[in-house]
Amino acid sequence: MGRLLEGIVSALGGPPLEHRHDGAVLALPLEGGDRAAFTTDSYVVSPLFFPGGDIGKLAVYGTVNDLAMCGARPAYLSVGMILEEGLPWETLERVVESLREAADRAGVYIVTGDTKVVDKGKGDGLFLNTAGLGIVPSGVEVRPSEVRPGDVVLLSGDLGRHGIAILATREGLEFETAIESDCAPLHEPVLRLLAEGVEVHCMRDLTRGGLASALLEIAQSTQLHIEIEETAIPVRPEVQAACELLGLDPLYVANEGRWVTFVPEGEAERALTLLRDYPVSAEACAIGRVLPASEALGGLVTLRTAIGTTRTVDWLSGEQLPRIC
Amino acid sequence: MRFLEEYRDRRWAQRYARLIARTVTRPWTLMEVCGGQTHAIVRFGIDELLPDEITLVHGPGCPVCVTPVEILDKALYLAAQPGVIFCSFGDMLRVPGSQGDLLRVKAQGADVRIVYSPLDAVRLAQRYPDREVVFFAVGFETTAPANALAVRQAHALGLKNFSLLVAHVLVPPAMEAILRSPANRVQGFLAAGHVCTVMGYEEYRPLARRYRVPIVVTGFEPLDLLQGIYLCVRQLEEERFEVENQYARSVRPKGNREAQRLIREVFEVVPRKWRGMGELPRSGLGLRAPYRQYDAEHKFALYSSGSDEPEDCIAGLVLQGIKKPPDCPAFGTRCTPEHPLGAPMVSSEGACAAYYRYRRRPSEGHGRREEVSASE
Repeated sequence: MGRLLEGIVSALGGPPLEHRHDGAVLALPLEGGDRAAFTTDSYVVSPLFFPGGDIGKLAVYGTVNDLAMCGARPAYLSVGMILEEGLPWETLERVVESLREAADRAGVYIVTGDTKVVDKGKGDGLFLNTAGLGIVPSGVEVRPSEVRPGDVVLLSGDLGRHGIAILATREGLEFETAIESDCAPLHEPVLRLLAEGVEVHCMRDLTRGGLASALLEIAQSTQLHIEIEETAIPVRPEVQAACELLGLDPLYVANEGRWVTFVPEGEAERALTLLRDYPVSAEACAIGRVLPASEALGGLVTLRTAIGTTRTVDWLSGEQLPRIC
Repeated sequence: MRFLEEYRDRRWAQRYARLIARTVTRPWTLMEVCGGQTHAIVRFGIDELLPDEITLVHGPGCPVCVTPVEILDKALYLAAQPGVIFCSFGDMLRVPGSQGDLLRVKAQGADVRIVYSPLDAVRLAQRYPDREVVFFAVGFETTAPANALAVRQAHALGLKNFSLLVAHVLVPPAMEAILRSPANRVQGFLAAGHVCTVMGYEEYRPLARRYRVPIVVTGFEPLDLLQGIYLCVRQLEEERFEVENQYARSVRPKGNREAQRLIREVFEVVPRKWRGMGELPRSGLGLRAPYRQYDAEHKFALYSSGSDEPEDCIAGLVLQGIKKPPDCPAFGTRCTPEHPLGAPMVSSEGACAAYYRYRRRPSEGHGRREEVSASE
């Protein structure tokens, strides 16, 4: 156990971790009107390593992105690890290395952590949990209740790569082109929008449940009607082909480096120009708008299909399961 | 994507819709046979583009949907046996038997695995020689060749621990059963393009002649379906009852001979029970005698539970195009994807699932199964 902790601490160690105390004692750089954002998420992905990422990167970027979606600058992370007996040291070292690299890239410190080992068969190799603290600058109010009729929905790029990459690796599916996860930190373009004074009403990252679930959550919590345009939503040909083959809908496939931004119509062009400055949102585009709540359509997401008809977008029941033929 | 966007073109879709409207002079009821077509119709709202005279009813071509409860019960029994690795395509896992579904058996510790090809199951049998690997061979003529290949491969490898739970069904006998039914209202068929890719369409000619019904072999994209509907309506208006091929980019008159040879080598035509439709003669495939050792029903001496679907499930009427999902009093209330009464509510090709997903006002939040499941 001592060896385990030593290794991890020396690999991850930022200043507070070095004190080897029971917890991190932090000075939060808050100024008048600033607030702290706090979030947590657990990571149980299988396989641990996949094209375009691994569980370490996911655990850092996932939590960094959740903070960014609140309009927060990510500052500190905790990492909890549940290791299954028999996990190769080399695997653990690779994950810890990846955690450190990802934290460096995202500009956050890992300030506290924990490891537990469970009996063989009681875990799936390695589970991670991260929690994150970030600073929301004074005046930034990014949340569903800020969404207004007339807002434009901006999508940061193509859909579905993470989910399909995981599925393909886990199931040994081979496609003509290798599909890589879109796993990436999103705080830089997000903070840029806020720093430039763009009136951002809401943001939501498109992880499990994909674009459809994220929009439904916002439509239902605001009771407004969100309308999106099928042909405006970018999906790479190889992802589209895999989805067609497996009977999956890219609207529901998970992403780890995609988000939607709600801005007033007058701000949309400026926001898109700023977003397109960053590789992670270089293909940002407008995919729909928020309409006033009417009796019939309040709380709904509707989609204008490629052939010009309209249908509702519903919650997915459980996970999408590949079909027979 | 090549060969996808072209078939979803808005202007062409509107153009075909206008052409259909100009051609039609009186009411017609058409059935699309395949569940994949049903989903495309409901998802893209193709029926909304059609004139009021045309009614689309949804056919039996959803393999998950037509698999009867008693075979599900056999699957649940086998999956729960110690030492068995039970392999299935994904969308079979939520289909209710008389005692729960495969997901529940899996949550209780059974080794149920989603595979993407029957050959994956053969590989599992090689890798785990001390386990019994059973593959749930569900499907129409489309999945039969690959399943036949898996049996042949297992045979060549001398595997003793591999078997199929066979639930294969055939499309033409189901179409004939629908046409013979006194309640039938189908006047024209859009035949299932992928089934015809394998089997060709010669076997539909006697049906079209005998029952005076146009049969148009049709693809799965919006423009395929609109063109198929147009060809069907044109025949009806001109009082022609022929087999036409809209899906010529994939379907040849005689189909894929090599695939048919494989099917014939491994399988023979047998009577089979269909969900809600009872036993239909010569409507399914079973393993031929030389391959009997790969038949899980034989190997594990399975007997039938004799169970049927719940009485308040109208799956049989939906699968024959006599009723539509919203006509069912249980639709969206007592029957939801989380608590299905019948397979059409959970299959990715099921008509009830299509209406639930694309035509219903979404409820607040998600439904929930009774216990935590890996699919949450």
